[in-house]
Amino acid sequence: MFLTTKRIIKAGFINFWRNSFVSLASILVMTITLFVIGSLIFANAMMMATLEQIRDRVDINVYFITTAAEVDILEFGDELEGLEEVEKVEFVSREQALEEFRARRAGDAIEMQALDELDDNPLQSRLRVKATDPTHYEFIAGYIDGQVNEVTTDGVPIIAKINFQENRAMIDSLTSIIASVETFGFFLTLALIAASILITFNTVRLAIYTARDEISVMRLVGASYSYIRGPFVFEGIMYGAIAGIITLVLFYPLTLWMGVPSEQFFGGGINVFTYYVENFASIFLTIMGSGIALGVVSSFLAVKKYLRM
Amino acid sequence: MIYFDQVSKIYIDSSIALENITLSVTPGEFVSVVGHSGAGKTTLLKLILVEDKPSSGAIYFHSTDIHDLRRDELTLYRQRVGTIFQDFRLLPNKTAYENIAFAMEAAGRTDEEIEADVPHVLSLVDLEHKMWNFPHELSGGEKQRVAIARAIVNQPDVLIADEPTGNLDPLSTYEVVQILKKINDLGTTVLLTTHNKGVIDNLGRRVITMDKGRVVRDDSTGRYIL
Repeated sequence: MFLTTKRIIKAGFINFWRNSFVSLASILVMTITLFVIGSLIFANAMMMATLEQIRDRVDINVYFITTAAEVDILEFGDELEGLEEVEKVEFVSREQALEEFRARRAGDAIEMQALDELDDNPLQSRLRVKATDPTHYEFIAGYIDGQVNEVTTDGVPIIAKINFQENRAMIDSLTSIIASVETFGFFLTLALIAASILITFNTVRLAIYTARDEISVMRLVGASYSYIRGPFVFEGIMYGAIAGIITLVLFYPLTLWMGVPSEQFFGGGINVFTYYVENFASIFLTIMGSGIALGVVSSFLAVKKYLRM
Repeated sequence: MIYFDQVSKIYIDSSIALENITLSVTPGEFVSVVGHSGAGKTTLLKLILVEDKPSSGAIYFHSTDIHDLRRDELTLYRQRVGTIFQDFRLLPNKTAYENIAFAMEAAGRTDEEIEADVPHVLSLVDLEHKMWNFPHELSGGEKQRVAIARAIVNQPDVLIADEPTGNLDPLSTYEVVQILKKINDLGTTVLLTTHNKGVIDNLGRRVITMDKGRVVRDDSTGRYIL
Protein backbone atom coordinates (compact mmCIF):
# COMPACT_ATOMS: atom_id res chain seq x y z
CA MET A 1 0.00 0.00 0.00
CA PHE A 2 2.78 2.44 1.00
CA LEU A 3 4.85 1.37 -2.02
CA THR A 4 1.90 1.85 -4.37
CA THR A 5 1.08 5.29 -2.91
CA LYS A 6 4.74 6.32 -3.18
CA ARG A 7 4.84 5.21 -6.82
CA ILE A 8 1.56 6.97 -7.64
CA ILE A 9 2.80 10.25 -6.13
CA LYS A 10 6.15 9.94 -7.90
CA ALA A 11 4.48 9.16 -11.24
CA GLY A 12 2.10 12.11 -10.71
CA PHE A 13 5.03 14.46 -10.14
CA ILE A 14 6.93 13.14 -13.15
CA ASN A 15 3.88 13.37 -15.45
CA PHE A 16 3.18 16.87 -14.17
CA TRP A 17 6.73 17.95 -14.96
CA ARG A 18 7.10 16.17 -18.30
CA ASN A 19 3.68 17.36 -19.56
CA SER A 20 4.54 20.88 -18.45
CA PHE A 21 2.62 22.63 -21.22
CA VAL A 22 -0.58 20.71 -20.51
CA SER A 23 -0.05 21.21 -16.76
CA LEU A 24 0.45 24.93 -17.24
CA ALA A 25 -2.71 25.25 -19.35
CA SER A 26 -4.75 23.31 -16.78
CA ILE A 27 -3.41 25.42 -13.91
CA LEU A 28 -4.15 28.62 -15.82
CA VAL A 29 -7.77 27.63 -16.49
CA MET A 30 -8.21 26.42 -12.93
CA THR A 31 -6.76 29.68 -11.61
CA ILE A 32 -9.37 31.59 -13.59
CA THR A 33 -12.09 29.35 -12.14
CA LEU A 34 -10.86 29.84 -8.59
CA PHE A 35 -10.48 33.56 -9.22
CA VAL A 36 -14.14 33.69 -10.27
CA ILE A 37 -15.14 31.73 -7.15
CA GLY A 38 -13.01 34.03 -4.94
CA SER A 39 -14.39 37.16 -6.59
CA LEU A 40 -17.89 35.86 -5.95
CA ILE A 41 -17.03 35.48 -2.26
CA PHE A 42 -15.99 39.15 -2.13
CA ALA A 43 -18.92 40.30 -4.27
CA ASN A 44 -21.28 38.37 -2.02
CA ALA A 45 -19.76 39.92 1.11
CA MET A 46 -20.05 43.41 -0.39
CA MET A 47 -23.61 42.75 -1.52
CA MET A 48 -24.58 41.46 1.92
CA ALA A 49 -22.99 44.48 3.61
CA THR A 50 -24.84 46.84 1.27
CA LEU A 51 -28.14 45.05 1.75
CA GLU A 52 -27.57 45.10 5.50
CA GLN A 53 -27.08 48.84 5.33
CA ILE A 54 -30.28 49.25 3.35
CA ARG A 55 -32.11 47.00 5.80
CA ASP A 56 -30.68 49.06 8.64
CA ARG A 57 -32.15 52.22 7.22
CA VAL A 58 -35.63 50.76 7.05
CA ASP A 59 -37.70 51.10 10.23
CA ILE A 60 -41.04 52.40 11.45
CA ASN A 61 -41.51 55.06 14.08
CA VAL A 62 -44.35 55.22 16.56
CA TYR A 63 -44.87 58.80 17.78
CA PHE A 64 -46.49 59.55 21.15
CA ILE A 65 -48.39 62.58 22.33
CA THR A 66 -46.29 65.03 24.34
CA THR A 67 -48.19 64.23 27.56
CA ALA A 68 -47.50 60.50 27.32
CA ALA A 69 -45.72 59.06 30.37
CA GLU A 70 -42.32 57.60 29.55
CA VAL A 71 -43.02 54.50 31.61
CA ASP A 72 -46.10 53.69 29.49
CA ILE A 73 -44.10 54.18 26.30
CA LEU A 74 -41.32 51.94 27.55
CA GLU A 75 -43.83 49.30 28.63
CA PHE A 76 -45.30 49.31 25.12
CA GLY A 77 -41.77 49.15 23.73
CA ASP A 78 -41.10 46.01 25.79
CA GLU A 79 -44.33 44.50 24.50
CA LEU A 80 -43.27 45.16 20.91
CA GLU A 81 -39.82 43.74 21.51
CA GLY A 82 -41.50 40.54 22.65
CA LEU A 83 -42.87 39.97 19.14
CA GLU A 84 -40.76 37.52 17.15
CA GLU A 85 -41.08 39.74 14.06
CA VAL A 86 -39.33 42.58 15.91
CA GLU A 87 -35.54 42.69 16.05
CA LYS A 88 -35.18 45.70 18.35
CA VAL A 89 -37.04 48.69 19.70
CA GLU A 90 -35.28 51.92 20.47
CA PHE A 91 -36.80 54.65 22.61
CA VAL A 92 -36.13 58.25 21.57
CA SER A 93 -37.21 60.74 24.24
CA ARG A 94 -38.46 64.22 23.41
CA GLU A 95 -35.17 65.66 24.63
CA GLN A 96 -33.13 63.28 22.48
CA ALA A 97 -35.37 64.07 19.50
CA LEU A 98 -34.74 67.78 20.07
CA GLU A 99 -30.98 67.26 20.31
CA GLU A 100 -30.99 65.18 17.13
CA PHE A 101 -33.08 67.84 15.39
CA ARG A 102 -30.69 70.63 16.50
CA ALA A 103 -27.69 68.62 15.35
CA ARG A 104 -29.30 67.89 12.02
CA ARG A 105 -30.39 71.47 11.33
CA ALA A 106 -27.47 73.27 12.98
CA GLY A 107 -26.80 75.26 9.82
CA ASP A 108 -30.38 76.51 9.48
CA ALA A 109 -30.43 79.73 11.52
CA ILE A 110 -34.11 80.51 10.92
CA GLU A 111 -35.31 77.14 12.15
CA MET A 112 -33.03 77.34 15.14
CA GLN A 113 -34.38 80.81 15.97
CA ALA A 114 -37.98 79.62 15.60
CA LEU A 115 -37.22 76.69 17.91
CA ASP A 116 -35.73 78.98 20.54
CA GLU A 117 -38.78 81.18 20.53
CA LEU A 118 -41.03 78.28 21.55
CA ASP A 119 -41.70 77.83 25.28
CA ASP A 120 -41.90 74.09 25.12
CA ASN A 121 -40.19 71.27 23.20
CA PRO A 122 -42.60 70.65 20.31
CA LEU A 123 -41.12 67.26 19.37
CA GLN A 124 -42.73 63.99 20.32
CA SER A 125 -40.99 61.03 21.87
CA ARG A 126 -41.03 57.94 19.71
CA LEU A 127 -40.23 54.27 19.46
CA ARG A 128 -38.03 53.25 16.51
CA VAL A 129 -38.99 49.69 15.61
CA LYS A 130 -36.75 47.47 13.51
CA ALA A 131 -38.15 44.24 12.10
CA THR A 132 -36.19 41.02 11.74
CA ASP A 133 -37.13 41.15 8.05
CA PRO A 134 -38.49 44.06 5.97
CA THR A 135 -41.54 41.97 5.01
CA HIS A 136 -42.65 42.01 8.65
CA TYR A 137 -43.28 45.75 8.83
CA GLU A 138 -46.85 45.45 7.61
CA PHE A 139 -47.65 42.97 10.38
CA ILE A 140 -45.95 45.14 13.03
CA ALA A 141 -47.76 48.28 11.83
CA GLY A 142 -51.07 46.36 11.96
CA TYR A 143 -50.29 45.16 15.47
CA ILE A 144 -49.53 48.72 16.66
CA ASP A 145 -52.72 49.97 14.95
CA GLY A 146 -54.67 47.39 16.94
CA GLN A 147 -53.15 48.71 20.18
CA VAL A 148 -53.90 52.41 19.62
CA ASN A 149 -56.70 52.47 22.20
CA GLU A 150 -54.97 50.04 24.57
CA VAL A 151 -51.77 52.07 25.12
CA THR A 152 -52.77 54.87 27.46
CA THR A 153 -51.57 57.23 30.17
CA ASP A 154 -54.28 57.84 32.75
CA GLY A 155 -56.84 56.34 30.36
CA VAL A 156 -55.87 58.64 27.47
CA PRO A 157 -54.58 56.91 24.33
CA ILE A 158 -51.03 58.10 23.75
CA ILE A 159 -50.10 56.85 20.25
CA ALA A 160 -50.15 59.89 18.02
CA LYS A 161 -48.89 58.55 14.73
CA ILE A 162 -47.29 55.56 12.99
CA ASN A 163 -45.21 56.51 9.98
CA PHE A 164 -45.62 53.13 8.24
CA GLN A 165 -48.09 54.29 5.60
CA GLU A 166 -45.86 57.26 4.68
CA ASN A 167 -42.84 54.96 4.39
CA ARG A 168 -44.75 52.06 2.95
CA ALA A 169 -43.87 52.73 -0.69
CA MET A 170 -40.20 53.05 0.19
CA ILE A 171 -40.23 49.97 2.44
CA ASP A 172 -42.02 47.89 -0.22
CA SER A 173 -39.63 49.11 -2.87
CA LEU A 174 -36.55 48.38 -0.75
CA THR A 175 -37.91 44.98 0.24
CA SER A 176 -38.44 44.15 -3.40
CA ILE A 177 -34.96 45.45 -4.36
CA ILE A 178 -33.33 43.40 -1.59
CA ALA A 179 -35.19 40.24 -2.65
CA SER A 180 -34.36 40.81 -6.34
CA VAL A 181 -30.69 41.49 -5.65
CA GLU A 182 -30.45 38.38 -3.48
CA THR A 183 -32.18 36.18 -6.07
CA PHE A 184 -30.19 37.64 -8.95
CA GLY A 185 -26.97 37.34 -6.98
CA PHE A 186 -27.71 33.74 -6.12
CA PHE A 187 -28.42 32.70 -9.71
CA LEU A 188 -25.52 34.73 -11.09
CA THR A 189 -23.20 33.06 -8.58
CA LEU A 190 -24.60 29.66 -9.47
CA ALA A 191 -24.26 30.29 -13.22
CA LEU A 192 -20.69 31.59 -12.94
CA ILE A 193 -19.60 28.73 -10.71
CA ALA A 194 -21.26 26.18 -13.03
CA ALA A 195 -19.60 27.71 -16.10
CA SER A 196 -16.20 27.82 -14.40
CA ILE A 197 -16.48 24.21 -13.24
CA LEU A 198 -17.49 23.07 -16.73
CA ILE A 199 -14.55 24.90 -18.32
CA THR A 200 -12.14 23.40 -15.79
CA PHE A 201 -13.62 19.95 -16.18
CA ASN A 202 -13.24 20.14 -19.95
CA THR A 203 -9.65 21.36 -19.69
CA VAL A 204 -8.66 18.52 -17.37
CA ARG A 205 -10.58 16.10 -19.58
CA LEU A 206 -8.67 17.39 -22.60
CA ALA A 207 -5.38 16.98 -20.73
CA ILE A 208 -6.27 13.36 -19.97
CA TYR A 209 -7.62 12.82 -23.50
CA THR A 210 -4.04 13.24 -24.74
CA ALA A 211 -3.11 10.31 -22.49
CA ARG A 212 -5.95 7.97 -23.54
CA ASP A 213 -3.60 5.68 -25.49
CA GLU A 214 -1.29 5.51 -22.49
CA ILE A 215 -4.24 4.49 -20.34
CA SER A 216 -5.11 1.64 -22.70
CA VAL A 217 -1.47 0.48 -22.69
CA MET A 218 -1.41 0.61 -18.89
CA ARG A 219 -4.49 -1.61 -18.82
CA LEU A 220 -2.88 -4.08 -21.22
CA VAL A 221 0.27 -4.45 -19.14
CA GLY A 222 -1.91 -5.43 -16.21
CA ALA A 223 -2.04 -2.24 -14.15
CA SER A 224 -5.02 -2.08 -11.81
CA TYR A 225 -7.59 0.68 -12.36
CA SER A 226 -6.56 2.46 -9.16
CA TYR A 227 -2.88 2.30 -10.16
CA ILE A 228 -3.69 3.83 -13.56
CA ARG A 229 -6.02 6.45 -12.11
CA GLY A 230 -3.79 7.41 -9.17
CA PRO A 231 -1.16 9.58 -10.91
CA PHE A 232 -3.84 11.45 -12.90
CA VAL A 233 -5.84 12.19 -9.75
CA PHE A 234 -2.65 13.30 -8.02
CA GLU A 235 -1.92 15.61 -10.96
CA GLY A 236 -5.46 16.99 -10.55
CA ILE A 237 -4.71 17.68 -6.88
CA MET A 238 -1.53 19.50 -7.90
CA TYR A 239 -3.39 21.59 -10.50
CA GLY A 240 -5.95 22.57 -7.86
CA ALA A 241 -3.43 23.28 -5.10
CA ILE A 242 -1.11 25.36 -7.30
CA ALA A 243 -4.01 27.25 -8.87
CA GLY A 244 -5.39 27.85 -5.35
CA ILE A 245 -2.09 29.28 -4.11
CA ILE A 246 -1.76 31.51 -7.20
CA THR A 247 -5.32 32.78 -6.70
CA LEU A 248 -4.78 33.52 -3.01
CA VAL A 249 -1.52 35.33 -3.75
CA LEU A 250 -3.19 37.36 -6.53
CA PHE A 251 -6.01 38.41 -4.23
CA TYR A 252 -3.61 40.04 -1.76
CA PRO A 253 -2.45 43.00 -3.90
CA LEU A 254 -5.79 43.14 -5.68
CA THR A 255 -7.85 43.53 -2.50
CA LEU A 256 -5.23 45.88 -1.08
CA TRP A 257 -5.64 48.07 -4.16
CA MET A 258 -9.44 47.82 -4.08
CA GLY A 259 -9.80 48.10 -0.31
CA VAL A 260 -10.36 51.84 0.17
CA PRO A 261 -12.33 52.40 -3.07
CA SER A 262 -14.64 49.48 -2.22
CA GLU A 263 -15.26 50.95 1.22
CA GLN A 264 -16.04 54.36 -0.21
CA PHE A 265 -18.05 53.01 -3.10
CA PHE A 266 -20.41 51.20 -0.79
CA GLY A 267 -20.71 54.15 1.56
CA GLY A 268 -19.06 52.65 4.61
CA GLY A 269 -19.78 49.07 3.53
CA ILE A 270 -16.75 46.82 3.73
CA ASN A 271 -13.10 47.15 2.97
CA VAL A 272 -12.35 44.08 0.81
CA PHE A 273 -8.76 43.93 2.00
CA THR A 274 -9.81 43.92 5.65
CA TYR A 275 -12.44 41.32 4.80
CA TYR A 276 -9.77 39.20 3.04
CA VAL A 277 -7.35 39.39 5.96
CA GLU A 278 -10.00 38.81 8.64
CA ASN A 279 -11.59 35.89 6.78
CA PHE A 280 -8.39 34.45 5.31
CA ALA A 281 -8.81 31.04 6.95
CA SER A 282 -12.27 30.44 5.50
CA ILE A 283 -11.32 31.93 2.09
CA PHE A 284 -8.17 29.78 2.03
CA LEU A 285 -10.19 26.65 2.79
CA THR A 286 -12.85 27.52 0.20
CA ILE A 287 -10.37 28.30 -2.60
CA MET A 288 -7.97 25.43 -1.89
CA GLY A 289 -10.82 23.02 -1.20
CA SER A 290 -12.63 23.99 -4.41
CA GLY A 291 -9.42 23.72 -6.44
CA ILE A 292 -8.43 20.33 -5.09
CA ALA A 293 -11.99 18.97 -5.28
CA LEU A 294 -12.30 20.22 -8.87
CA GLY A 295 -8.98 18.63 -9.81
CA VAL A 296 -9.80 15.31 -8.19
CA VAL A 297 -13.35 15.01 -9.52
CA SER A 298 -12.43 16.17 -13.05
CA SER A 299 -9.49 13.80 -13.41
CA PHE A 300 -11.30 10.92 -11.73
CA LEU A 301 -14.25 11.18 -14.14
CA ALA A 302 -12.05 11.76 -17.19
CA VAL A 303 -9.85 8.71 -16.51
CA LYS A 304 -12.91 6.61 -15.71
CA LYS A 305 -14.16 7.20 -19.24
CA TYR A 306 -10.95 5.84 -20.79
CA LEU A 307 -10.73 2.94 -18.36
CA ARG A 308 -14.11 1.75 -19.61
CA MET A 309 -12.95 1.62 -23.24
CA MET B 1 -3.51 -23.21 -22.54
CA ILE B 2 -5.73 -21.05 -24.78
CA TYR B 3 -8.91 -22.56 -26.10
CA PHE B 4 -11.46 -20.91 -28.38
CA ASP B 5 -14.79 -22.72 -28.08
CA GLN B 6 -17.10 -21.91 -31.01
CA VAL B 7 -16.37 -18.22 -30.76
CA SER B 8 -18.19 -15.74 -32.97
CA LYS B 9 -17.97 -11.97 -33.01
CA ILE B 10 -20.62 -9.96 -34.80
CA TYR B 11 -20.48 -6.16 -34.61
CA ILE B 12 -23.49 -3.85 -34.22
CA ASP B 13 -23.53 -3.15 -37.96
CA SER B 14 -24.02 -6.94 -38.44
CA SER B 15 -20.54 -7.42 -39.94
CA ILE B 16 -19.09 -10.80 -38.97
CA ALA B 17 -15.54 -10.54 -37.62
CA LEU B 18 -15.25 -14.12 -36.36
CA GLU B 19 -17.48 -17.05 -37.18
CA ASN B 20 -17.62 -20.15 -35.02
CA ILE B 21 -13.88 -20.35 -34.27
CA THR B 22 -12.65 -23.41 -32.38
CA LEU B 23 -8.92 -23.74 -31.83
CA SER B 24 -6.44 -24.43 -29.09
CA VAL B 25 -2.90 -23.34 -28.34
CA THR B 26 -0.79 -25.58 -26.13
CA PRO B 27 1.94 -24.36 -23.76
CA GLY B 28 5.28 -23.64 -25.44
CA GLU B 29 3.84 -23.42 -28.96
CA PHE B 30 4.76 -20.72 -31.46
CA VAL B 31 1.60 -20.04 -33.45
CA SER B 32 1.36 -17.61 -36.33
CA VAL B 33 -2.02 -16.35 -37.51
CA VAL B 34 -2.09 -15.09 -41.07
CA GLY B 35 -4.78 -13.74 -43.34
CA HIS B 36 -5.80 -10.76 -45.45
CA SER B 37 -6.84 -7.49 -43.82
CA GLY B 38 -10.29 -7.98 -42.29
CA ALA B 39 -9.79 -11.73 -41.94
CA GLY B 40 -10.34 -11.47 -38.17
CA LYS B 41 -6.76 -11.74 -36.85
CA THR B 42 -6.86 -8.57 -34.77
CA THR B 43 -10.33 -9.38 -33.42
CA LEU B 44 -9.00 -12.76 -32.36
CA LEU B 45 -6.21 -11.09 -30.37
CA LYS B 46 -8.56 -8.45 -28.93
CA LEU B 47 -10.73 -11.22 -27.55
CA ILE B 48 -7.72 -12.90 -25.95
CA LEU B 49 -6.70 -9.57 -24.41
CA VAL B 50 -10.31 -9.02 -23.22
CA GLU B 51 -10.43 -5.72 -25.06
CA ASP B 52 -13.67 -6.92 -26.64
CA LYS B 53 -16.28 -9.54 -25.84
CA PRO B 54 -17.35 -12.44 -28.08
CA SER B 55 -20.93 -12.44 -29.33
CA SER B 56 -21.12 -16.18 -28.62
CA GLY B 57 -18.83 -18.96 -27.46
CA ALA B 58 -16.10 -18.80 -24.82
CA ILE B 59 -12.33 -18.34 -24.59
CA TYR B 60 -10.46 -20.28 -21.91
CA PHE B 61 -7.05 -19.58 -20.46
CA HIS B 62 -5.90 -22.51 -18.33
CA SER B 63 -9.55 -23.69 -18.11
CA THR B 64 -10.85 -20.28 -16.97
CA ASP B 65 -13.30 -18.35 -19.12
CA ILE B 66 -11.42 -15.05 -19.41
CA HIS B 67 -14.57 -13.07 -20.17
CA ASP B 68 -16.05 -14.10 -16.83
CA LEU B 69 -13.13 -12.68 -14.85
CA ARG B 70 -13.73 -9.99 -12.23
CA ARG B 71 -11.83 -6.72 -12.65
CA ASP B 72 -9.06 -7.66 -10.19
CA GLU B 73 -8.75 -11.13 -11.76
CA LEU B 74 -8.54 -9.53 -15.19
CA THR B 75 -5.62 -7.38 -14.01
CA LEU B 76 -3.78 -10.51 -12.82
CA TYR B 77 -4.62 -12.31 -16.08
CA ARG B 78 -3.15 -9.45 -18.13
CA GLN B 79 0.05 -9.67 -16.10
CA ARG B 80 0.36 -13.26 -17.35
CA VAL B 81 -0.08 -12.22 -20.98
CA GLY B 82 2.62 -10.10 -22.61
CA THR B 83 1.59 -7.97 -25.59
CA ILE B 84 3.43 -6.24 -28.40
CA PHE B 85 1.89 -4.23 -31.22
CA GLN B 86 2.73 -2.94 -34.65
CA ASP B 87 2.65 0.65 -33.33
CA PHE B 88 4.79 -0.28 -30.28
CA ARG B 89 2.47 1.46 -27.78
CA LEU B 90 5.21 2.63 -25.49
CA LEU B 91 4.34 5.26 -22.89
CA PRO B 92 5.68 8.40 -24.61
CA ASN B 93 6.59 10.33 -21.46
CA LYS B 94 8.58 7.48 -19.94
CA THR B 95 12.10 6.36 -20.78
CA ALA B 96 12.84 2.82 -22.00
CA TYR B 97 13.72 1.90 -18.39
CA GLU B 98 10.52 3.46 -17.00
CA ASN B 99 8.34 1.77 -19.63
CA ILE B 100 9.59 -1.63 -18.52
CA ALA B 101 9.58 -0.67 -14.84
CA PHE B 102 5.94 0.39 -15.15
CA ALA B 103 4.88 -3.15 -16.11
CA MET B 104 6.78 -4.48 -13.09
CA GLU B 105 5.29 -1.86 -10.77
CA ALA B 106 1.84 -2.75 -12.02
CA ALA B 107 2.57 -6.36 -11.07
CA GLY B 108 3.54 -5.25 -7.56
CA ARG B 109 7.25 -6.01 -7.84
CA THR B 110 9.63 -4.37 -5.40
CA ASP B 111 12.06 -1.58 -6.23
CA GLU B 112 15.00 -3.98 -5.77
CA GLU B 113 13.52 -6.45 -8.28
CA ILE B 114 12.91 -3.63 -10.74
CA GLU B 115 16.45 -2.30 -10.39
CA ALA B 116 17.84 -5.79 -11.04
CA ASP B 117 15.47 -7.02 -13.77
CA VAL B 118 15.03 -3.98 -16.02
CA PRO B 119 18.72 -3.66 -17.03
CA HIS B 120 18.85 -7.43 -17.45
CA VAL B 121 15.85 -7.61 -19.76
CA LEU B 122 17.13 -4.59 -21.71
CA SER B 123 20.43 -6.40 -22.22
CA LEU B 124 18.49 -9.39 -23.61
CA VAL B 125 17.16 -7.15 -26.38
CA ASP B 126 20.55 -5.46 -26.66
CA LEU B 127 19.36 -2.03 -25.56
CA GLU B 128 20.97 -1.46 -22.18
CA HIS B 129 22.81 1.55 -23.64
CA LYS B 130 19.46 3.18 -24.52
CA MET B 131 17.99 2.70 -21.05
CA TRP B 132 17.35 6.40 -20.40
CA ASN B 133 16.15 7.31 -23.88
CA PHE B 134 12.56 8.34 -24.47
CA PRO B 135 10.59 6.51 -27.20
CA HIS B 136 10.91 9.46 -29.60
CA GLU B 137 14.69 9.08 -29.34
CA LEU B 138 14.60 5.44 -30.51
CA SER B 139 14.33 3.89 -34.00
CA GLY B 140 11.33 1.69 -34.90
CA GLY B 141 13.29 -1.51 -34.30
CA GLU B 142 14.56 -0.24 -30.94
CA LYS B 143 11.06 0.76 -29.87
CA GLN B 144 9.80 -2.71 -30.71
CA ARG B 145 12.63 -4.29 -28.74
CA VAL B 146 11.73 -2.14 -25.73
CA ALA B 147 8.10 -3.23 -26.17
CA ILE B 148 9.25 -6.88 -26.23
CA ALA B 149 11.35 -6.31 -23.10
CA ARG B 150 8.33 -4.81 -21.37
CA ALA B 151 6.13 -7.70 -22.51
CA ILE B 152 8.46 -10.38 -21.15
CA VAL B 153 9.75 -8.73 -17.98
CA ASN B 154 7.01 -10.27 -15.83
CA GLN B 155 7.72 -13.69 -17.36
CA PRO B 156 4.29 -14.12 -18.92
CA ASP B 157 2.82 -17.50 -19.85
CA VAL B 158 2.04 -16.25 -23.33
CA LEU B 159 3.27 -13.47 -25.58
CA ILE B 160 0.74 -11.95 -27.99
CA ALA B 161 2.38 -10.18 -30.92
CA ASP B 162 0.05 -8.24 -33.24
CA GLU B 163 1.90 -7.50 -36.50
CA PRO B 164 5.12 -6.70 -34.58
CA THR B 165 7.20 -6.33 -37.75
CA GLY B 166 4.63 -4.30 -39.69
CA ASN B 167 6.49 -1.00 -39.27
CA LEU B 168 10.04 -2.33 -39.36
CA ASP B 169 12.78 -2.51 -41.96
CA PRO B 170 14.08 -6.00 -42.97
CA LEU B 171 17.01 -5.92 -40.56
CA SER B 172 14.86 -4.91 -37.58
CA THR B 173 12.27 -7.49 -38.64
CA TYR B 174 14.93 -10.18 -38.57
CA GLU B 175 16.13 -9.06 -35.13
CA VAL B 176 12.60 -9.02 -33.69
CA VAL B 177 11.83 -12.47 -35.08
CA GLN B 178 15.04 -13.85 -33.63
CA ILE B 179 14.11 -12.42 -30.22
CA LEU B 180 10.61 -13.92 -30.43
CA LYS B 181 12.12 -17.32 -31.32
CA LYS B 182 14.52 -17.04 -28.38
CA ILE B 183 11.65 -16.19 -26.02
CA ASN B 184 9.71 -19.20 -27.31
CA ASP B 185 12.73 -21.45 -26.95
CA LEU B 186 12.87 -20.42 -23.29
CA GLY B 187 9.33 -21.80 -22.83
CA THR B 188 6.98 -18.86 -23.41
CA THR B 189 4.05 -19.50 -25.72
CA VAL B 190 3.98 -17.03 -28.62
CA LEU B 191 0.93 -16.07 -30.64
CA LEU B 192 1.84 -13.93 -33.63
CA THR B 193 -0.20 -12.27 -36.35
CA THR B 194 1.61 -11.08 -39.44
CA HIS B 195 1.37 -10.31 -43.14
CA ASN B 196 5.04 -11.00 -43.64
CA LYS B 197 5.52 -14.18 -45.72
CA GLY B 198 9.28 -14.15 -45.07
CA VAL B 199 8.74 -14.23 -41.32
CA ILE B 200 6.36 -17.20 -41.50
CA ASP B 201 8.54 -19.18 -43.88
CA ASN B 202 11.60 -18.48 -41.73
CA LEU B 203 9.88 -19.63 -38.56
CA GLY B 204 8.61 -22.93 -39.89
CA ARG B 205 6.18 -23.29 -36.98
CA ARG B 206 2.40 -23.77 -36.73
CA VAL B 207 0.40 -21.45 -39.01
CA ILE B 208 -3.32 -20.74 -38.72
CA THR B 209 -4.78 -19.14 -41.83
CA MET B 210 -7.94 -17.08 -41.49
CA ASP B 211 -10.32 -15.75 -44.11
CA LYS B 212 -13.56 -13.81 -43.58
CA GLY B 213 -13.64 -14.60 -39.88
CA ARG B 214 -13.10 -18.34 -40.23
CA VAL B 215 -10.11 -20.64 -39.81
CA VAL B 216 -9.40 -22.07 -43.28
CA ARG B 217 -6.05 -23.81 -42.62
CA ASP B 218 -4.17 -24.97 -39.55
CA ASP B 219 -0.73 -26.46 -40.40
CA SER B 220 1.70 -27.59 -37.72
CA THR B 221 4.76 -26.76 -39.81
CA GLY B 222 2.96 -24.45 -42.15
CA ARG B 223 3.95 -21.95 -44.73
CA TYR B 224 2.33 -18.71 -45.76
CA ILE B 225 -0.32 -19.77 -48.28
CA LEU B 226 -3.12 -17.35 -49.20
